[in-house]
Amino acid sequence: MEFGPHLILAILEGLVQASVLTLTALGLSLVFGVMRVVNVAHGEFFMLGAVFAYGVANSIGGAPVVGFVAALIVAPLLVGVLAAAADWLILRRLDHDPERTIVATIGMLYVIQQITLMTYGPDAHPVTPPFNQRIAIPWFEFTDKGLEFYFPWGLSTTSYKLFVVAAAIVAGLGVWLLMARSRLGLILRATQLDRETALAFGIPVQRVYALTFGFGAALAALGAVLVVPIQQAHYLMGGDPLLLSFIVVIIGGLGSLRGTVLAAILIGMSNGIISVFFSPTLAKILATLLVAMVLVYRPQGLFGKKPA
Amino acid sequence: MKPEKRDNVIASRRKVLKGMAAIGAASTMPGLVPFAQAATDQPIRIGFQVHRTGIGAAYGRWYERTTNAVAKYINDNGGINGRPVEIIAEDDGTDPKRGAEVVEKFATQHKADIAFGTLFSHVVIGSAPRAGELKIPYFVVSEGHHVASGMLNRWTLQPGITDVKSQVQAMAPFVAANLGKKVTMIFPDFAFGHDHRDYFSAAIEKQGGNVIAKIAIPPTETSFTKYFAKIPRDTEVLYHVMVGPSVLTFVKEMGEFFGPSRPEIFGFIDSLEAVDLKTPGLEFLEGTYFWEGNPRYAQKNQTEYDRFYRAAVGVDDNGASIDDPRDVSTYAHMWGCWETLNVVKAGMEAANYRGPGDRAALIEAVEAMTDMAEGRDHPQGAKIFNGRTHQVFGHQYISRVNGGRLEVVHRTSIEDTFYPDEVDYTKMSF
Repeated sequence: MEFGPHLILAILEGLVQASVLTLTALGLSLVFGVMRVVNVAHGEFFMLGAVFAYGVANSIGGAPVVGFVAALIVAPLLVGVLAAAADWLILRRLDHDPERTIVATIGMLYVIQQITLMTYGPDAHPVTPPFNQRIAIPWFEFTDKGLEFYFPWGLSTTSYKLFVVAAAIVAGLGVWLLMARSRLGLILRATQLDRETALAFGIPVQRVYALTFGFGAALAALGAVLVVPIQQAHYLMGGDPLLLSFIVVIIGGLGSLRGTVLAAILIGMSNGIISVFFSPTLAKILATLLVAMVLVYRPQGLFGKKPA
Repeated sequence: MKPEKRDNVIASRRKVLKGMAAIGAASTMPGLVPFAQAATDQPIRIGFQVHRTGIGAAYGRWYERTTNAVAKYINDNGGINGRPVEIIAEDDGTDPKRGAEVVEKFATQHKADIAFGTLFSHVVIGSAPRAGELKIPYFVVSEGHHVASGMLNRWTLQPGITDVKSQVQAMAPFVAANLGKKVTMIFPDFAFGHDHRDYFSAAIEKQGGNVIAKIAIPPTETSFTKYFAKIPRDTEVLYHVMVGPSVLTFVKEMGEFFGPSRPEIFGFIDSLEAVDLKTPGLEFLEGTYFWEGNPRYAQKNQTEYDRFYRAAVGVDDNGASIDDPRDVSTYAHMWGCWETLNVVKAGMEAANYRGPGDRAALIEAVEAMTDMAEGRDHPQGAKIFNGRTHQVFGHQYISRVNGGRLEVVHRTSIEDTFYPDEVDYTKMSF
């Protein structure tokens, strides 16, 4: 492909990736910020979101759009409830101790993955997108007749991919509104700032933790529901989102939502662009290198606060 | 949690561990593991290495159904040397390391007579050395060129499915004559895909064509548009072969990428094995061509052997499960399990096989085979086995998508698939 159309295609691919990554990483960052829990099972909650989406969309039948909308509501809700229950049953009993919760969430990772394998099975299943028109994108060139528009070979996206980007922006704004403008957000931020004082002011910290853990997992699940009509639901699909979310959260600064969003866009876009122009392996190498650089020169992340 | 309570937990866990260790040690002692005496009424034990999980799961499901069906077929017809066949299936997770362990389990724990059934080439390459060390015949159903290339050992044979080198060599003349000469290849980035890359490139050059771009994709990849952007504009033929859980996404995104202006497309059906051709998003495949190891859709000139085999493995005329039309089979590959076990039967009967002591004789008996006639034992067609390279050769099919069905347009001769020997395993010691 020529450079111009090639670049546009790379940006479009990067945008879709960045959108899903933003939601997933926001969930991970929120859980760490409020609870100081490194949730290694985060990728599995992503996977559960996709698998539940398949289950819901398939059991409802009818027009694809009905099943998809139902999945969009039910799957994140189910995953959120499951995660909140896991917090209540497991992490709470470990006093949310940072080291022990890592081990516990590793255990959750395997339990969730294997139960999915035993019930849902080893096959990948698609969810039919609610709509999916190919949209050819025009490009311009200067000829002796002046500026001319044409449709380059291969330069296209689909209406559904654009919808994913829009939906992620809306969901991201929703999270920001919730955190910055609502009473619940105030409680979350208070717990994040100082758990002891929040407790002293009568905030039920344990319940806030369960809620946060559930909400973080639901965000990952929402990202997965959005992506499952493009990719497919598979029991091993949680690995990549987990790795990328960690990369994003480390670069953005653990616990900083603004940093997480910016880092997700940075990593998603650069991943898309580098993958298209060079190779996906190089994109992963560069992202990991960036993590190493951030850890060495700015351990608190690009937007994290320095520990006092 | 109180400290003394925690101590109790640890103490009891130690006890549990000790107990487990004791049980583990006891179970490795001879005599406790069930042992099949080589008495004449004892079953022949076939260790079946199956991809139940991991990236090969869709193939594994159908390899298992086919294997169970052929075991029933053999048993219904008197078994092997009058002894029934028993399938001992173990999941290898489509993982080479686990594959070697599974082969070891067959040889030492299950006391299986042979190991059999592996598909994915990296698992075969990882497992075959262990089979050689343990001196257990290892009958693979893999398509990889690794057997005939001489990379493996005398204990590893592929008598029931043809290899990639012979397949692509037979495809190249058709591609060059009917579709175009400037080819871009897309293939999975592991041994199987590399066989495609190396041998098809060589074969198309012999036809006066050339490969203008080679695009490798990891089999675990989930999004593909970024790779399609690397396809050169002057591509006349896109050659695709893909495996893994995301094959449907792969083909769908290919259609979205090209839109109305696609080049000629020639694919290996691997890219759509176990996937319904009528899935929304695959309409663009109409008029494109596929290699098939065995035609998925029952053809007008269907043989009585294919009809018999199709019914035995529970597949309808569209290549899907009789019980569930959405459960599409891996019809182009799984016949290899059926034919391989029939070769094992013929080999064991020729060697008058009694037990693991006759394993070398079994290998020699199979090496001595040449012509295999089309029939119920070989429903895909006649074959010619090359005992020196441990590889079988057979007909290949090229099908065109017509109205969402694959119609066979060309069937190669067996001779089209021949190439000079690269190894003589019969000269190696056991």
